[in-house]
Amino acid sequence: MARAVTTKRKSINTIAAWAVGLLIFFPILWTILTSFKTEGQAISDPPVWFFFDWTLENYAVVQERSNYMKFLWNSVIIAGGSTILGVIIAIPAAWSMAFVPSKRTKDILLWMLSTKMLPAVGVLYPIYLLFIKLGILDSRFGLVIVLMLINLPIIVWMLYTYFREIPGEILEAARMDGASLKEEIIYVLTPMAVPGIASTLLLNVILAWNEAFWTLNLTAANAAPLTAFIASYSSPEGLFYAKLSAASVMAIAPILIMGWFSQKQLVRGLTFGAVK
Amino acid sequence: MATKQSRSAARMMMAPAVTLLLGWMLVPLIMTLYFSFRDYRPLSGGDRGWVGFDNYMRFVTSSAFWPSVQTTLVIVGGVLVITVCLGILLAILLDQPMWGQGVVRILVIAPFFVMPTVSALVWKNMFMDPTNGLLAHLWRFFGAEPVQWLSQASLPSLIMIVSWQWLPFATLILLTAIQSLDSEQLEAAEMDGAPSLKRFWYIILPHLSRAITIVVLIQTIFLLGLFAEIFVTTGGAFGTKTLSYLIFQRVLESQNIGLGSAGGVYAIILANIVAIFLMRIVGKNLDA
Repeated sequence: MARAVTTKRKSINTIAAWAVGLLIFFPILWTILTSFKTEGQAISDPPVWFFFDWTLENYAVVQERSNYMKFLWNSVIIAGGSTILGVIIAIPAAWSMAFVPSKRTKDILLWMLSTKMLPAVGVLYPIYLLFIKLGILDSRFGLVIVLMLINLPIIVWMLYTYFREIPGEILEAARMDGASLKEEIIYVLTPMAVPGIASTLLLNVILAWNEAFWTLNLTAANAAPLTAFIASYSSPEGLFYAKLSAASVMAIAPILIMGWFSQKQLVRGLTFGAVK
Repeated sequence: MATKQSRSAARMMMAPAVTLLLGWMLVPLIMTLYFSFRDYRPLSGGDRGWVGFDNYMRFVTSSAFWPSVQTTLVIVGGVLVITVCLGILLAILLDQPMWGQGVVRILVIAPFFVMPTVSALVWKNMFMDPTNGLLAHLWRFFGAEPVQWLSQASLPSLIMIVSWQWLPFATLILLTAIQSLDSEQLEAAEMDGAPSLKRFWYIILPHLSRAITIVVLIQTIFLLGLFAEIFVTTGGAFGTKTLSYLIFQRVLESQNIGLGSAGGVYAIILANIVAIFLMRIVGKNLDA
């Protein structure tokens, strides 16, 4: 920590890191810039960088052409709904595994994770068929259920990791002081569990927001979220760079901003606390 | 600490999650198995009954099968190698003292939040397009003939797009691991005159092994099911058909449920071989 670093070395590090950082970020930056250009400027060779007539026209066109708000709303409902439902189901499970561990706890956890290994495409048709039979194909409800199920193992794992970090001594101390189970849960456990639950919610919203296989295959017109909205721009008639860029920015902006704000919690969540 | 009462309460609390996941696993799996033994084409003739192992034989002997397995392994392996190697380098770089570290980190992790459909489309059109893409501009600027990225170098292009998406994840995890490294140990090695390459090999790399395991595990889970990137770029053409994409085409595009289901069973077997291997490592690292 206290190693003396020369200014020269620090400068070199800074230049190298910024160069790499900008290189990695470049596609996103370029997309954002392009979204404010006219179609002509978007494909001009040599490319124009910052000095062009900035316009909001593309955003207006995208909204007009494909009703962005409806897709956005679907994304919000599906990502939010599946996450909340998943957490409600996962909390008791993770809770009991963390506080009342048995010999089989580890096996159950690994088994749960192994369901993530089930190739989605291998079970696509059965789900498709079930959805038709149940009348929930192309419905937000159906997608909420599927995304909840595919993310449930991760939610359980994350919550389990967080809950396990709550020291048992504190519980015992509270019990010694005569706290009832109800008081124990409300005043001792909940405050300690909230940060973990919050970052679990966050990561799962991101995962669900970006999930493409099930959303593309199980929705058509009604329940299509932003992943499907943007895929519609892959058709040849949608090949306008400035509009594609505007649509892209509109699809990723909410989750990008959310991700940036939560990057610290994200690391712990992503690694199930195995890396610190 | 655990009493009989708390044990049964725990079982009750676990029941919903376990039941749902069990159902999620078993119901479609049994249906897939059932379909895989039938000649079932909804658009032409419907369910024409039991055919034994016909679908399995046909799937394996079809000319697309082995190339698709190979493509799957090349993509997963390629992305893993690139993201882990570059991730380590990038993590070491980002760990150095510098100005504006927080901002650089935000720049580096951004691709992770970008929807796969968006990232694939942006790369395909704005960068890899042979006439108007930025890379084509760059090639022409140097007087070279622009590359038809997605048709001539389809696999490397795809690997590159997917690596761009997953590099932030690898970097973030590895950076966190590097930051927990005991700097005194490194300093002592430096004092003793160990060259930086040796310090990296004998101190940093072993320290990262667990983080690397996690990166490989999680990325493998997601990469085996790679879909959106192929769907919007090549649509499985030009040798980019992975096993899951091949099955997807059999099931949805040619509506041959029996054949697709047999393929699904193969994919499940492949995934489980990988899973057993990975689970062992994770199980070992898990002190539950």
